[in-house]
Amino acid sequence: MSTITGVTAADETPTPTSGSPLGGDAAGTGRLGDRLFGGLATGAGGLVVALVTLIGVFLLWQAIPALAHNEASFLTSREWSVGGDHPRFGIVELLWTTVASSLIAMALAVPVGVGVALFITQYAPRWLSRPAASLVDLLAAVPSIVYGLWGVLTFRAAVRPVEDFLQSKLGWFPLFAKTGISGGTIFFIGIVLAIMVLPIVTALSREVFAQTPVAHKEGALALGATRWEMIRTSVLPFGRPGVISASMLALGRALGETIAVTFIVSTLSPGNPWSWSLFNGGETFASRIANNAAEFDSPQKTGAFIAAGLVLFVLTFVVNAIARIVIERRKAFTE
Amino acid sequence: MTTDTRVGSTSPGPVLPALGNPSRSRTIRDQVARVVMWLAFLVAVVPLVWILWTVVSHGGHLLMESQWWTNSQRGITSRRAGGGAVHAIQGTLIQAAVTALIAVPIAVMTAIYLVEYGRGKFAKAVSFMVDILTGIPSIVAALFIYAVWVTTFGFQRVGFAVSLALVLLMIPVVVRSTEEMLKLVPNELREASYALGVPKWKTIAKVVLPTAFSGIVTGILLGLARVMGETAPLLILGPYTKSIATNLFSGYMPTLPTMINQDRTELGQPAAVERMWGAALTLILLILLLNIAGRLVARFGSVKK
Amino acid sequence: MAKRIDVSDLNVYYGQFKAVEGVTMTVEPRSVTAFIGPSGCGKSTFLRTLNRMHEVIPGGRVEGKVLLDDQDLYASDVDPVAVRRTIGMVFQRPNPFPTMSIYDNVAAGLRLNGVKGRKKLDEVVEKSLRGANLWNEVKDRLNKPGAGLSGGQQQRLCIARAIAVEPQVLLMDEPCSALDPISTLAIEDLINDLKSQYTIVIVTHNMQQAARVSDRTAFFNLAATGKPGKLVEIDDTHRIFNNPSVKATEDYISGRFG
Repeated sequence: MSTITGVTAADETPTPTSGSPLGGDAAGTGRLGDRLFGGLATGAGGLVVALVTLIGVFLLWQAIPALAHNEASFLTSREWSVGGDHPRFGIVELLWTTVASSLIAMALAVPVGVGVALFITQYAPRWLSRPAASLVDLLAAVPSIVYGLWGVLTFRAAVRPVEDFLQSKLGWFPLFAKTGISGGTIFFIGIVLAIMVLPIVTALSREVFAQTPVAHKEGALALGATRWEMIRTSVLPFGRPGVISASMLALGRALGETIAVTFIVSTLSPGNPWSWSLFNGGETFASRIANNAAEFDSPQKTGAFIAAGLVLFVLTFVVNAIARIVIERRKAFTE
Repeated sequence: MTTDTRVGSTSPGPVLPALGNPSRSRTIRDQVARVVMWLAFLVAVVPLVWILWTVVSHGGHLLMESQWWTNSQRGITSRRAGGGAVHAIQGTLIQAAVTALIAVPIAVMTAIYLVEYGRGKFAKAVSFMVDILTGIPSIVAALFIYAVWVTTFGFQRVGFAVSLALVLLMIPVVVRSTEEMLKLVPNELREASYALGVPKWKTIAKVVLPTAFSGIVTGILLGLARVMGETAPLLILGPYTKSIATNLFSGYMPTLPTMINQDRTELGQPAAVERMWGAALTLILLILLLNIAGRLVARFGSVKK
Repeated sequence: MAKRIDVSDLNVYYGQFKAVEGVTMTVEPRSVTAFIGPSGCGKSTFLRTLNRMHEVIPGGRVEGKVLLDDQDLYASDVDPVAVRRTIGMVFQRPNPFPTMSIYDNVAAGLRLNGVKGRKKLDEVVEKSLRGANLWNEVKDRLNKPGAGLSGGQQQRLCIARAIAVEPQVLLMDEPCSALDPISTLAIEDLINDLKSQYTIVIVTHNMQQAARVSDRTAFFNLAATGKPGKLVEIDDTHRIFNNPSVKATEDYISGRFG
């Protein structure tokens, strides 16, 4: 299903008689049915516009008073005490954990996802390719809360030795510095997120790889290319924008993932020293909000969390916008 | 298929160019790539099998007991085994149904607008907003509904508020999938209908939508599956309770994710842990069922050519 | 039923692009008029303006007049939907509605326009399918999907669908170009039968076909790619093919270009 890329056969060059659907034209008339139906459709579109605008306005409206009372710097402070007369809160720690764990997830999920997509479209024997695709799609059917449980209760123990090994061998490097955190580390969150977004990367990459024009592939093979050379020279270049946009969408998902991360994270105590280590604990935007849902009892506190939510919103929005631009450019390119 | 045709071969003489293998290093690289792809696939399958195994082995037997499907957790403390998940299953299904009921008409009409009517700036704006909605993290959607429902209007945290948050998450999924399906309907069919003197709205309602129907249903089912597994809005808007509750507008409504979340806090109690895995398995099965239904509709419902 | 069409000084635009320029012609009732000409000369575009189908393409508009028995199709109070009900159209590729049975396909035009009553519909369906020379082939499987028929049968089904709403004029846009010779012959026979009741306008790439089926032939041409198409001449088919008054027509027909 190509719901997310928005790129399908229907995007091919429109000609007067076929291709682009017949919209915005004079096919409709002034008759009542047309006015009603068209009005309903336009109204639904308008509702969506209004909804999104409302979300932005509402969140801002709730966040601004809280931000005005904030006595610490919102963007650079590591503190988070939102109650009382002197709230002090900042997002820098949340930002670091969120971005670092998501980037780890990307570093793992993109190569594997592309590999799986190539496997399904280019390497798998015919009988296996459909079941293999369904199997990977099944990963998407597992709800994130189950990833959280499995991560904490089962998977964690398997990753610990790897983390210990990396810390003892590469501990001199700030990113791998020893921390003594035994619960969910940024590194571990990244791995779980990687598994969660793997089906997104795979599904979309698979789709663009499958669309590689046969002529390109046969052209390469006819020149005596091996299968790998054919993939490198025709499939990968053709699919690159698709892979990029798939990765961006996956990144957006990873940044905003809530419940699995909430189960896994080790909350750091206030006043702990700053560390660049990936083996440190810490909370993401989403988990901080979810973990403290019980605290939403005053506008001041709620506003602080909403402000954090807004930053997350902006972050995912930027990432999604980049994905969209890449898709649009690809479309312009193929047309 | 030959793999080497010796393009530009300069070897003179009447001897036919040998159809030998490509050079050794190229062959090796090709083989390595093949192995890497197989490995990538296996790496992807490992967590899947592992997760499913974990869930089934811990929670599977609970689902075999009939009381799981008939009883709630009413009066059952975390120490005690027994009771069922029917209250949570019911809550999850009710909320999903209400979500679909609100989201589907809006989303389908929006998709119709985008494909059949939309041109110009407003259509661009709508499409852009749908993109933004696609990217909204579930926790932010939940915060928004909280800000409106609880902070502004002062209502209680009830099942309906959860559904509203889920609506925000479901709309973009259904809009995009419906849009794709509508675009796949050949223009010839619209033209044929117009040429019969059928007005545009009837053409859409009676020709375009039926043609795209199975694809649209598939999109809705997949979107619903996606929304059903969401937990973040539940944490913020839908507190758990152990009894059956079917009123969307008053009182807490239990759901499978919140049931899992509840029992998670009792990891010391074997009975609670079992229940937690049982609820997780039930949730996976529900979502899987929707997924399979969606695929079946896609495969068998599509118009035979 | 059949009516005559008078076109005067018609220009067709898609957005800024002028696709057809200055067409003036008369289409006689109860006759077959063929449009021929090289690709891109605007003959199909012009055909679509005769029942305002060009308007379903964004930016499509016309200047000039099209009269159907003295009634201006482009008068401000005329509903394009009503125009299309009066002037039917058959397309290049057979396009039966894939979700509907053969019966429902033929009945579609009436049903979607609000006609009910099984008996009335039964009558119309049989009459239209007989009219399209298809009744004997499909009468035992009216409830099977229309998409299951052969290409030629599908095209006749589309013709049956078009005549079920009892139009005054039938426009055909290269109705045989996707068909094999035997199916083409069946359609041509059908056109011959239909002309006793309908005014028929057919666009074709196949000059033998134009010569076989039409009473009058119009030749369209364009000066160069990107320039608007123009009507070169319209005359009795016999004249066009044997003794055209314009040199370009003769060149085209004798295969010197196009």
